[in-house]
Amino acid sequence: MSLHYELRCRECGKTWGNAPRSFCEDCFSPLEVAYDYDSLKKTARRDNLAARDFNMWRYSELLPLPDDFVTRSAVGGTPLVASRKLAAKWGLKNLYFKNDAVCFPSLSFKDRVVATALAAARRFNFTTVGCSSTGNLANAVAAQAAQQGFDACVFIPADLEAAKVLNTAVYGARIVRINGNYDHVNRLCAQIADRFQWGLVNVNLRPYYSEGSKTHGYEIAEQLGWTLPDNVVVPMAGGSLITKIAKAFRELVTLGWVEAKPVKFFGAQATGCSPISDGVKRNLQRFEPQKPNTIARSLAIGNPADGPYAIKLIRESGGWAEDVSDPQIVDAIKLLAETEGIFTETAGGVTAGVTQKLIGQNRIKPEETTVVCITGNGLKTTDAIAAEFPATEAIAPRLDAFEAYLDAQLGTTAASARA
Amino acid sequence: MPVIIEIPTAFRRFTGGVPKVDCSAATVAEALNELTVRFPDLSRHVRDDQGQIRQFLNVYLNEEDIRFLGGESCCLKEGDRVLLVPSIAGGSE
Repeated sequence: MSLHYELRCRECGKTWGNAPRSFCEDCFSPLEVAYDYDSLKKTARRDNLAARDFNMWRYSELLPLPDDFVTRSAVGGTPLVASRKLAAKWGLKNLYFKNDAVCFPSLSFKDRVVATALAAARRFNFTTVGCSSTGNLANAVAAQAAQQGFDACVFIPADLEAAKVLNTAVYGARIVRINGNYDHVNRLCAQIADRFQWGLVNVNLRPYYSEGSKTHGYEIAEQLGWTLPDNVVVPMAGGSLITKIAKAFRELVTLGWVEAKPVKFFGAQATGCSPISDGVKRNLQRFEPQKPNTIARSLAIGNPADGPYAIKLIRESGGWAEDVSDPQIVDAIKLLAETEGIFTETAGGVTAGVTQKLIGQNRIKPEETTVVCITGNGLKTTDAIAAEFPATEAIAPRLDAFEAYLDAQLGTTAASARA
Repeated sequence: MPVIIEIPTAFRRFTGGVPKVDCSAATVAEALNELTVRFPDLSRHVRDDQGQIRQFLNVYLNEEDIRFLGGESCCLKEGDRVLLVPSIAGGSE
């Protein structure tokens, strides 16, 4: 191959060069980007990273980018937060939150996948890009398309959170609302990609798109001092991210950038949409699709395309999958905010809640290094927790009014505060 | 009005370019059978070695995934549309 990567069928192994296609036309199985690691070992060196900014482009050699690719903006490079309070509360010694709630430009990990997808869109000469989305992806496509001069057309379920619709509309993207759930939207997009010459990032550009997720994993390893964690807890919608973090870790081992070690992969879902965790827990040969009914709409994919691969990875790594109810999601959002100062969206509530559950099941142990992946920002799903925080009564701008307020709120504590 | 089976572009290599097929099947299973009898090259792409519909192929009856309708034994009526849509996965071990 002229470049050091090309598309390869995940099942039959046939290679397809580089093109906007997502499945093998011989056996109709998924395509993924395969790399020539022998060639990469000679050119991609860990030492080279020292001179580069801390964002996802520092790993460019390990991404499917054209030779003439020019970085348009910083994406990724998010904090790995060493937990103190929540770690103590949960009895863990080495707990970290990988915080993509503050990923730029649109505040979710989807910025990473859109970054590599739009590099592919430009290479394949698309002028219109789009996606099927539960919200975050539409935000990311709209933001980066605006920045890079693509026309954007995104397809979303009609009942999406208002903030996520607004966060797409503001960038000037065309929004097509579909009467149906995400799985209906996704099916329609597969048909649209079949008919129109558009670059749909998670359809015909999907192999390139999903490679962007790997940078979440590279950053985790680098921020842990070029070591791998013992456990990773990952939210699952379509099931792609968890498999790509695993691919990132494997690649770092292959390149000799980290030492090999077993990593357990744990998947997190909302009980109201849990086809993958259900498949793991019931040890199903094939997961059973579900009709989503959860406040975690960014994870509400009832027919997860990468579900089979996610289940296989979780099983083979010795990990597990769990799910939490909507009230548990809200509690976990509040817990993470109150203890770590991280305000995550409902998907992050799922991941934090599931982590707590896994600790309770003794699947995650105190001495192990555990990374919990937070993938989106709480400002986008305020509707989900608004009822928890009713507006308080206003008081007059006078000291006696404030003292009366304190007495009413705190009783004797107020008196001692005054003293 | 018969039942219509809609065929995605990628499958049309095996149908001589035919984009849709009319059939008179009573169930989705029969419809798929009629399809693969007419286009034998398609059969290994529709079903795996165990005879199950392939994992990365989604089959819809009108707007609904057939797995929500009891699977491929679900009944068809005149004017129904059966859609074959490849599942778009990223794929990584």
